[in-house]
Amino acid sequence: MEWETVIGLEVHVSLSTKSKLFSGSSTEFGADPNTQASIFDCALPGTLPVFNEEALRMAVRFGVAIGAEIGKRSVFDRKNYFYPDLPKGYQVTQLDFPTVGKGALTVTLSDGSEKVIGVTRAHIEENAGKSLHEEFHGMSGIDLNRAGEPLLEIVSEPEITSAEEAVAYLKKLHTIIRYLDISDAIMAQGSMRCDVNVSIRPVGDTELGTRTEIKNINSFRFVEKAIISEVQRQQEILEDGGRIIQETRRYNADKDETTSMRSKEVANDYRYFPEPDLLPVVIDDEYIAAVKAQLPELPDARRSRFAEEYALSEYDAGVLVSSRELAEYYEIVASQSGDAKLAANWVSQDLLGLLNKNNWELADSPIQAERLAMLITRIKDNTISGKIAKTVFETMLEDESDVDTIIENKGLKQVTDSGEIEKFVDEVISNNPDQVQQYKDGKQQVIGFLVGQCMQLSKGKANPAQVNELLREKMQ
Amino acid sequence: MINSTVAEIAAALKAGDISSVEITQAYLNRIAKLNGELNAFITVCEESALEQAAAADAARSAGNTSPLLGIPIAHKDIFCTKDILTTCGSRMLHNFVSPYNATVVERFNDAGTVLLGKTNMDEFAMGSSNETSFFGDVKNPWNTECVPGGSSGGSAAAVAADLCAMATGTDTGGSIRQPAAFCGITGFKPSYGRVSRWGMIAFASSLDQAGPITKSAEDAALMLNAMAGLDEKDSTSIDRPAEDFTASLNQPLKGLRIGVPKQHFAEGLSMEVEKAVRAALAEYEKLGAIIKEVDLTNSHLSVSAYYVVAPAEASANLSRFDGVRYGYRCEDPVDLEDMYKRTRSEGFGEEVKRRIMIGTYALSAGYYDAYYRKAQKIRRLIKEDFDRAFAEVDVIIGPTSPHTAFKLGSKSDPVSMYLEDIYTIAVNLAGLPAASIPVGMANGMPMGMQIIGAYFDEAKILNVAHQFQQHTDWHKQKPGPIASSEGEA
Repeated sequence: MEWETVIGLEVHVSLSTKSKLFSGSSTEFGADPNTQASIFDCALPGTLPVFNEEALRMAVRFGVAIGAEIGKRSVFDRKNYFYPDLPKGYQVTQLDFPTVGKGALTVTLSDGSEKVIGVTRAHIEENAGKSLHEEFHGMSGIDLNRAGEPLLEIVSEPEITSAEEAVAYLKKLHTIIRYLDISDAIMAQGSMRCDVNVSIRPVGDTELGTRTEIKNINSFRFVEKAIISEVQRQQEILEDGGRIIQETRRYNADKDETTSMRSKEVANDYRYFPEPDLLPVVIDDEYIAAVKAQLPELPDARRSRFAEEYALSEYDAGVLVSSRELAEYYEIVASQSGDAKLAANWVSQDLLGLLNKNNWELADSPIQAERLAMLITRIKDNTISGKIAKTVFETMLEDESDVDTIIENKGLKQVTDSGEIEKFVDEVISNNPDQVQQYKDGKQQVIGFLVGQCMQLSKGKANPAQVNELLREKMQ
Repeated sequence: MINSTVAEIAAALKAGDISSVEITQAYLNRIAKLNGELNAFITVCEESALEQAAAADAARSAGNTSPLLGIPIAHKDIFCTKDILTTCGSRMLHNFVSPYNATVVERFNDAGTVLLGKTNMDEFAMGSSNETSFFGDVKNPWNTECVPGGSSGGSAAAVAADLCAMATGTDTGGSIRQPAAFCGITGFKPSYGRVSRWGMIAFASSLDQAGPITKSAEDAALMLNAMAGLDEKDSTSIDRPAEDFTASLNQPLKGLRIGVPKQHFAEGLSMEVEKAVRAALAEYEKLGAIIKEVDLTNSHLSVSAYYVVAPAEASANLSRFDGVRYGYRCEDPVDLEDMYKRTRSEGFGEEVKRRIMIGTYALSAGYYDAYYRKAQKIRRLIKEDFDRAFAEVDVIIGPTSPHTAFKLGSKSDPVSMYLEDIYTIAVNLAGLPAASIPVGMANGMPMGMQIIGAYFDEAKILNVAHQFQQHTDWHKQKPGPIASSEGEA
């Protein structure tokens, strides 16, 4: 039987406000346990929440960026459940009136096609603290530093039909969020987390199959693998005549499989009701317009601009705008070097290759945009050849000197002195009489071999165009 | 002097006739003598009170003229007080010393008042008789076999028995007004949002409001001056320009339109109370007021709606008492679930548990629409009733409670206890201000009259109450047996 997959994603993003959602505590990452927990965060009796409007601004910023409806009156609700790292015994979230309503993202798939994936809603809520189960001798420790940090939960429509689409959606979301500067969105650190709802059904069916939810996956790659393995699992069960149980599952990366984490409790009843300690948050068109006016250039717009302004392919432009930092880096290289095309090649191939190889972020790169621009400038003004430039690039990783100093110290400067080049040419002509004869007999392509010999002799420093010209001249 | 009003004590302090240390010591003596019998205080802060009194006297010498400077006060034990036990009348917080002050406490500290101690109350303010306190029943100073009312019963008894000059209370469904009526004193519940709830341990967040418990309406105005005002720490507190609530106390009542809700004079009201309130209305007519009947059509629904909304909010508000971070924790829990279950089973009393269960039920999937949503609808209807009434009248007057204080232990059925607040609850549901002032005596026990105003009409209510007290002396009546044994300063 042919199956089709239906996936919905719930993504939690930590909003990068300076203080928590309802208290003045700092949200700085990595502080000692409970040093960023105020009396409100500890849920002392009598304490009350005060809404951090910065979180609202960030949520609206996200909403307008994805063209979503913005809730002009958002209402906070209490979601009740007991857990030691949930100090109030309820989480404050938005149930019926979220700040961000329906919107959509356009993703580009590997075959170059585009797909629009709907966003159902995005609501603001508070994070829980952390339970620490080690080092406490049979007891558990509670760290409330994270309790009350603002989250934006972004819920997709169940319109994703493959692991590839899921990852493309996540990456697009990640890119937009980073462009908007509303979160670090680092999956490995938990500032972006993803829950995946997966079901399958026979192709053509309109009813959704029973879904499972895979919780808290912390990398794009694991999202992809978890979906593939879960789809496989469901397919095997259904093809064996079995039945999918609606449950929460966890992805085990070591075994590349999902396992049930169903608790013994039956369905949770969170007993939501409007939070009486907070007033509804009311905003007007003017507020939304002001947020919109402050939006940065977003990835799609930037991609179109790059393609047009720098005469790049849509694909190349897409690679360059995949992160805001990379796009900004590229623009510096392009403008300072004066060669957008060459800059695009160096950034998307050499630089990105370097980052991927070392698993670096752009900020970790020892080659700053200004240095790369200078390197390209030196190719263009014939100081070095493109090939020598690769050597200089390698050297730049360890050597922080400026590009010219490296070229000078290493003696990599291209030879353009025609007298010197003539010496290489003469030597090559006298050492290769057969090839010279072939050329003279009309086998023009032999020229490539001869140029190569000259370059070798000059250790790559000779200007290839000059060599070419001189060779032809001498062999006439 | 201890049986004087705040206004009188303030005048004496100002004139130098008495020092804050002297009056504070007199109250401490009175507490030492009577608290064993009345059980009005859970904590008495003898040492710090005398220190604060000395500081107040020094401040006065240095030129401080704050109207409440050096006046001894008692706070209901629902207000968090820094470094002082704050129990909320519960075993759950029997060992809880707050690291911070409630805004109300902070404002009285800033005004220079002297904190005598923390008063007993129904556990988590859930009760109308003060019998649900983990720290024992409070006795009514007029008859120690009777309840003082609740939940602010400790504050009401303390003011009535002259254990303090004034006290704070909180009112979620009548918890200031009903004990004020039972103890023969003045109680005032401000408009919702008028007084900050920061540091006031939550029972039902959308209904809770702090207010003064005093010996006169004028004193209530003085207290309200200190308590009221925007607090950025409470998002539901309202930004209003500062108001002097004493300013309009002496406005003549000529032409005042008093609404009398027929629903508050219906079946269940005792004859004595009805007679006393009717007599008061006659008094107002003499002062030039016009009496009009008003129709609060939906008032019979108020108790039912309240007992959905308040327990629903309480069920969430009390979730934080889980034994994890502070307060009571059961002995040797075997695991998390055992800790939760036993901590909460042992830490909460019966009435609190009952309300958590009611609230949990009302919010449960499948019942939410039938209970919580419906109760909110009723709430709107009740508010609309009041809006219609206040389009025609300036204040609404009726009884505070259907009868005088009942005997301790006489109401074992929770529903009959809930019906105690039949006249007061609608006011909380609508968020309105209301006072209860003494209106007469029956069989040696005081009775109360409720004066309800439109939203933010505190000053008008205080004016109406004060004028009554200028022409009657019900508020000056003192409980006999205790008054005779007093040791005055």
